[in-house]
Amino acid sequence: MFSVNGGTVTALQDISLTVRQGEFVSIIGSSGCGKSTLLRIIAGLETDYQGTAQFEGEPIRGTGLDRGVVFQEHRLFPWLTVRQNVAFGLGNSTSESDWESVDEHIDLVGLNGFEHAYPHQLSGGMAQRASIARALANRPRALLLDEPFGALDALTKIQMQEEVLRIWQKEKATMLLVTHDIDEAVFLGDQVIIMSNRPGTIKKIIPVDLPRPRDRGSYEFTQLRSAIYAEFFRQEDKPFAYAI
Amino acid sequence: MSNSHEQTQESLVTLTTADVEAVRGPTPSPGFKLPRQLLGLVLPVLLVIVWELLARAGILAANWFPAPFAIADTLLELMRGGELARHIAYTLARVLTGFLIGALAATLLAGVTGSMPLVRRLLDPTMQALRSIPSMAWVPLFLLWMGIHESSKIALISVGVFFPVYLNLLSGILTVDSKLVEVGQVFKLDKLQLVRRVILPAALPSYLVGLRSGLGLGWMFVVAAEIMGASRGLGFLMIDGQMTGRASVIIASIVLFALFGKLTDLVLEQAGNRLLGHRGVVL
Repeated sequence: MFSVNGGTVTALQDISLTVRQGEFVSIIGSSGCGKSTLLRIIAGLETDYQGTAQFEGEPIRGTGLDRGVVFQEHRLFPWLTVRQNVAFGLGNSTSESDWESVDEHIDLVGLNGFEHAYPHQLSGGMAQRASIARALANRPRALLLDEPFGALDALTKIQMQEEVLRIWQKEKATMLLVTHDIDEAVFLGDQVIIMSNRPGTIKKIIPVDLPRPRDRGSYEFTQLRSAIYAEFFRQEDKPFAYAI
Repeated sequence: MSNSHEQTQESLVTLTTADVEAVRGPTPSPGFKLPRQLLGLVLPVLLVIVWELLARAGILAANWFPAPFAIADTLLELMRGGELARHIAYTLARVLTGFLIGALAATLLAGVTGSMPLVRRLLDPTMQALRSIPSMAWVPLFLLWMGIHESSKIALISVGVFFPVYLNLLSGILTVDSKLVEVGQVFKLDKLQLVRRVILPAALPSYLVGLRSGLGLGWMFVVAAEIMGASRGLGFLMIDGQMTGRASVIIASIVLFALFGKLTDLVLEQAGNRLLGHRGVVL
């Protein structure tokens, strides 16, 4: 579905990545490895780079309604209600069926009852839900999530991961998640793309063949998590290696 | 003391529910309690009382520093003939006309310079230079150009209103959160939609701040305009009081300026809070 073949970009080098339709792909890397840049190229927010990026066979020339974006901050418009924010991307003349889509997606993210609340009245998790609904209301073909839960507390984060999984299964949109959380990457992704730092490049692609819903405590899950952990920290640096 | 030290060694932090309650909010003090909004009135009322007492005791000279009751008398006397209402109407009309002209021009210009970088680079340095001219310096020029009639007064007020509105709106437009603009881009808004749906609403708080300080300057300038030459208006009333040696008339005019300045500001403040209240912003 996507393919990005990179020459040298300020942040990325020799990236070659293809995402299939309906797939959930996690991209993981330490901060500054260019994983967000990669996502922004696919979103069409970065256009100044060498290489080719395609979406559904067409070169990406800018942003498009076929790609929804959820940022780390909720980025809701403070002067609009939740419902108006979710409807933002539907244009000026929101039709009856558009409003149906809006309400359906408010429902989907579990914000019913908060349609007329303003962003400052929402908690961090609720605001991020609204921002997911806004990105989905246009029914994009792909949803790009740029560290969407990075600013949430640990408990809300786990809850939101489960929500996103449910939404992915229901909406059947392709999802591309950028994260620095190993657990999150394994819990959600069909494959986990590990990026390395300086130059920002793909180090390894690890398929996750575990059935969903995934048990974070299961042997296979922890094995995968350790394997990815080992990609970032050499074996002898592993803090628990001798502590057990 | 040694006892409490032993306690801290056992447990570093000890909290009981009573402590938590105390942190949540101060318990209301029993007895008489003044509403918070009225608290600001305490000092002025006290001052007026002291003033009145000093005047009655003959410590303040009646012709230089008339007592509050004497000023109220003057106000009543002026009101009786309908003369005062006419002065107020003239001043209000001047402030509002000047305000509307100045604010409108500032809004249009800031809209243009804010959205077109080329025009901004061309125009903004000149605006910044004009801004640093003390506004009273325009007075002789406006008098020369437009004479002593209404137009020179309104022009002066407009100039005063113009700059705060222009500067605040422009900085509001230029400092719009680029992250919100990016959301507009993600949803493929064209330039005009971006301005209307993202940039203008985002700049609204600083615009309102600009309008309020513009109005404040408008009141300042109407005094100057009416002092420099007028036959009606509160500023004229002050000059008249000075010429005829009636301090009470001057002070009565000052009180009226304060009153109407505050009232018009209140209108803007309320309108602003109505517009911004749902953002969790208070002007």
